[in-house]
Amino acid sequence: MTHALKDLGDYIAAALPNDVLGTEVNRCGELTVTARTPAILKVLAFLKDDAGCLFKQLMDVCGVDWPGREPRFDVVYHLLSMKHNQRVRVKAAADEDTPVPSATALFSSAGWFEREVWDMYGVPFSGHPDLRRILTDYGFEGHPLRKDFPLTGYVEMRYDDEQKRVVYEPVKLTQDYRSFDFQSPWEGPGLLPGDEKAEGKR
Amino acid sequence: MAEAQIQSYNINFGPQHPAAHGVLRLILEMSGEVVERADPHIGLLHRGTEKLIEHKTYTQAIPYFDRLDYVGTMNQEHAFVLAAERLLGIEVPERAKYIRTLYCEIGRILNHILNVTSFVLDVGGMTPLLWGFEEREKLMEFYERASGARLHANYFRVGGVAADLPAGLLEDIAAWCESFPKVLDDMRVLVDENRIFKQRTVDIGTVSPEQALDWGFTGPNLRASGFAWDLRKAQPYEVYDRMDFDIPVGKNGDGYDRYLVRVIEMQESIKIMKQCIEKMPGGPVKVDDRKVAPPPRGEMKRSMEALIHHFKLFTEGFHVPAGEVYAAVEAPKGEFAVYLIADGTSKPYRCKIRPPGYVHLQALDMLSKGHMLADVVANIGSIDIVFGEIDR
Repeated sequence: MTHALKDLGDYIAAALPNDVLGTEVNRCGELTVTARTPAILKVLAFLKDDAGCLFKQLMDVCGVDWPGREPRFDVVYHLLSMKHNQRVRVKAAADEDTPVPSATALFSSAGWFEREVWDMYGVPFSGHPDLRRILTDYGFEGHPLRKDFPLTGYVEMRYDDEQKRVVYEPVKLTQDYRSFDFQSPWEGPGLLPGDEKAEGKR
Repeated sequence: MAEAQIQSYNINFGPQHPAAHGVLRLILEMSGEVVERADPHIGLLHRGTEKLIEHKTYTQAIPYFDRLDYVGTMNQEHAFVLAAERLLGIEVPERAKYIRTLYCEIGRILNHILNVTSFVLDVGGMTPLLWGFEEREKLMEFYERASGARLHANYFRVGGVAADLPAGLLEDIAAWCESFPKVLDDMRVLVDENRIFKQRTVDIGTVSPEQALDWGFTGPNLRASGFAWDLRKAQPYEVYDRMDFDIPVGKNGDGYDRYLVRVIEMQESIKIMKQCIEKMPGGPVKVDDRKVAPPPRGEMKRSMEALIHHFKLFTEGFHVPAGEVYAAVEAPKGEFAVYLIADGTSKPYRCKIRPPGYVHLQALDMLSKGHMLADVVANIGSIDIVFGEIDR
């Protein structure tokens, strides 16, 4: 299986030398294709229609936030080929200013997934027929799955008995949200972040 | 009046409508009685599950999966623990694998009973719901006896299951497996050839094979459109490759086929459950690795080492080596997947949940266009949606 995926990765990289930045099979036996963001549609169309790939189903699109990196976000596509019984993951880097070409023309299922990425991370998509927020409240501000968005959020909602409607107020907590640093030099699988604290180099 | 002017108008369907299966708000653009466009507004049950999971250890994240699709809860936990286990590279003991398979099939029947009977209720049949829920109650008792909770089981763990099955449970499940087919047959007598049910579902919400692929359909909805695709067969996990069962496949892709596929899947699930009970091996139900699975109570009373392991596992949690994995399972509603990115700490860096219902609901506009208003209700019932997983 891993071998077949390696071959598939090489095949994709050879077919699209200018648009694929790299292919990799990880230790879980999954193929990841990194694509140049402006050419993402070309890569997805190739994966969908080429006889050696036939990834006819787009299973998932999601965003990942890497705050320290430039560009900051990844848009990750998961495709499934029922014909070859294989999966592939396509990654494209993105930031909040440059829109990612929307895959809705290739896969109708991309519509809501891309709306969700826009909602949660603020990554814009170009050519999307209906790029609205999807999961958050009407009139919500901010992009909650970004790493710099606090877990408690900024506003809370309650029903105001005097005004006879719900009102939004800044979050007031009687006790701050507690986030303990449990990362310790305790032994575990492999080298751990937190190990350096044992040597007192905090 | 010489000529009646019929204008298109909007209908706000839900979120407080019993046929909306939860908190679906649907804006319907109507032309007379015909739907021109359906725009589902979702997110009314959004709880920020993915964000919360980023702030919890791996073990603490498991209960959130019960609260996604709260009908067949263990199937969701399964995707998450499989993802974490693949990243950790651990192999689960045989007995735990069989227990998980058994309970995933119980979850499938729980889900299908609820969906099929409430679907029939939506289009006018009350009795199957009353009959079906009695059986669901019995199944939830099996959940309770294993995990202590009827719905939100929190039973699967990374590296196995939380506790072994109590004595006598397997015998009771085996007895139920004998009695349930009779109930199912009784229900099918009421529904299968029912004239009203067929009028409401045959050729309603038809999905062609091309549309099913384009809209990312999975599970029973995909199989009703004619694809013999089931992750339990195609990409087997746990012990499904040792089980003997069939995959029902529909022909027409309409609401009636989706109903039939689910009913027959229940019969197949019974087969799998019987085989699980028959082949259930003895032995441990958790990996023998103290860095992942906690030590037994008794050992903690005597061993300092075990006490330390217990303390560390329930405060800091175990560390998962950096990497990413996409673990998909055949949940009752379709492909439920978890895309997990670990950064080497004891908390997930990113945990994207891929709910099958989200994708199916997206296709509601395609399903309902050109149908009558009442058919929208039949379509919602037939695609099997639960808002816990759609809104996350």
